[in-house]
Amino acid sequence: MDSYEHSVLLDRKKCTGCTNCLHHCPTEAIRIIDGHAVINQDRCIDCGECIRICANNAKRAETDSLEVMKRFRYKIALPAPSLYGQFNNMDDVDYILNGLKKIGFDDVFEVAKAAELVSAYTRKYLKADGVAKPLISSACPAVLRLISLVYPSLEDHVLHMLPPMEVAADWARMKAKEEHPELADEEIGICFISPCPSKMSYVHNNFGEYKSKVDAVVAISDVYFRLLDVMKRDENMETLSETGMNGIMWASSGGESTAILNEDYLAADGIDNVRKVLEEIENGNIQHVRFVELNACPGGCVGGVLTVQNPFIAKSRLRSISRCLPIAVNFPDKDEQYIPDNFLFGEMPAYVPMSRLSSNIGESMRMMADIQRIRKALPGIDCGACGAPNCRAHAEDMVRAGIKEISCPILIARREEKQENEGF
Amino acid sequence: MSEPLVFHYEVDGSDFTSAGTASVAVKKSLRQLGLPSEVIRKLSIAMYEGEINMVIHASGGTADVIVTEDYVDIVLADQGPGIEDVDKAMQEGYSTATAEIHSLGFGAGMGLPNMKRYSDEMSIETELGVGTTIRMRIFMK
Repeated sequence: MDSYEHSVLLDRKKCTGCTNCLHHCPTEAIRIIDGHAVINQDRCIDCGECIRICANNAKRAETDSLEVMKRFRYKIALPAPSLYGQFNNMDDVDYILNGLKKIGFDDVFEVAKAAELVSAYTRKYLKADGVAKPLISSACPAVLRLISLVYPSLEDHVLHMLPPMEVAADWARMKAKEEHPELADEEIGICFISPCPSKMSYVHNNFGEYKSKVDAVVAISDVYFRLLDVMKRDENMETLSETGMNGIMWASSGGESTAILNEDYLAADGIDNVRKVLEEIENGNIQHVRFVELNACPGGCVGGVLTVQNPFIAKSRLRSISRCLPIAVNFPDKDEQYIPDNFLFGEMPAYVPMSRLSSNIGESMRMMADIQRIRKALPGIDCGACGAPNCRAHAEDMVRAGIKEISCPILIARREEKQENEGF
Repeated sequence: MSEPLVFHYEVDGSDFTSAGTASVAVKKSLRQLGLPSEVIRKLSIAMYEGEINMVIHASGGTADVIVTEDYVDIVLADQGPGIEDVDKAMQEGYSTATAEIHSLGFGAGMGLPNMKRYSDEMSIETELGVGTTIRMRIFMK
């Protein structure tokens, strides 16, 4: 995992070394070192919680700029359904899709359209023999990385269906080649309009053996104002949207589950809730449920850190846009027996145990005993002043780095106070 | 051979909603040790069931997890009412839990049977009116 390329980054100049992100990181990937936050790349899942919480805008997500699309002769935009919920007083998705063409894309392919097919195939998948129960959605890349780093025993529960973004990319490319046989493969560029940084990481690092079919990932917030400028009422507007309610509501927590058309589901959103649900599955407490939808962001993808609109407003916008639409408009062929290979992925990325102390159990046990001993000596107030998120993590950091001297600022202050009182 | 590691937990009997916290906490520590995930899975289920039992029947108790390089022991001790008929209690579906507990979705009579199923060795010491101590062992293999 050495070469894992992250999209959540830190602007050192803006970071004041406050402890907000430290306490909010779900995988304890952040330490404050020399007055600035440092992200441990092996632990980061690109969920964006630190971007959400940082008061100084020191955390940011690195995504591609629209300019990178210039190198392609034929540019296709893949709007995430969450984009549809960003605009006020907008009642027709075609305004957005036409807008994307106006800002320079040659074609638009809705991810929501692919989502409807993914839902249809998921319904098939759930009926197959020997499917783990519950089955966990594979749509949120931050959740997938969390599972492989922290909950590897749940890998068998993950639905091996590609996320709608990848299905859409594949489909959009095929369509472009059919319509424009003169185009060479490398002349076609596919650009995902993304609500979150974890999609960026997914595309740039690939997923296990699977290589992403998306060429660029641009933030919703980066296209938002450009779209606002060109989205005008237009008599000659092309009818482009080919999606129903199911596809659009994927952007919001519970949308993917609803599209399964099965009542035995559970949908949780927000990274802390996701963790609690994963713990419960691991403990064997979620057995009555067939399908578990997990979204790292509060409210689902509409809560992604690269969006503009408040997630709850975005969700209500999506509801009003999809109110007059059919439930779904994209279906697989009736006589199709199996799920096509281009909808599935093989192995999950290799598991690199995030928390393991040592590869040798005996050595791990010695280290753990040291951690327990140091932890007892620490004040246990989890203040973060030492730069670690809590006293346990501080003890762990010390043992991992082989540091013997406790550098807890609280203990040092207490010691000095004691010495003063004793008249030194 | 390194010293066995001991994790000690107080299981709070007054709060139903927090039942299971010790098994989650121990699971985190065992992951750090790099124990095989199958061992962790078995242990956390066996311990969770034991914890719930202590909360339902004995208003809490203590849980100790002892880790050696060859096996993990779980010792659950309470000062509750004791088990009247151990053989009966070991039968699947047998439960003495109250209607209130049933209404919370517990008391399916699977606690002890599951503890036996997920551990490699299990012993029960119980005395009416004094308490119960359950020992479970899971081998690393």
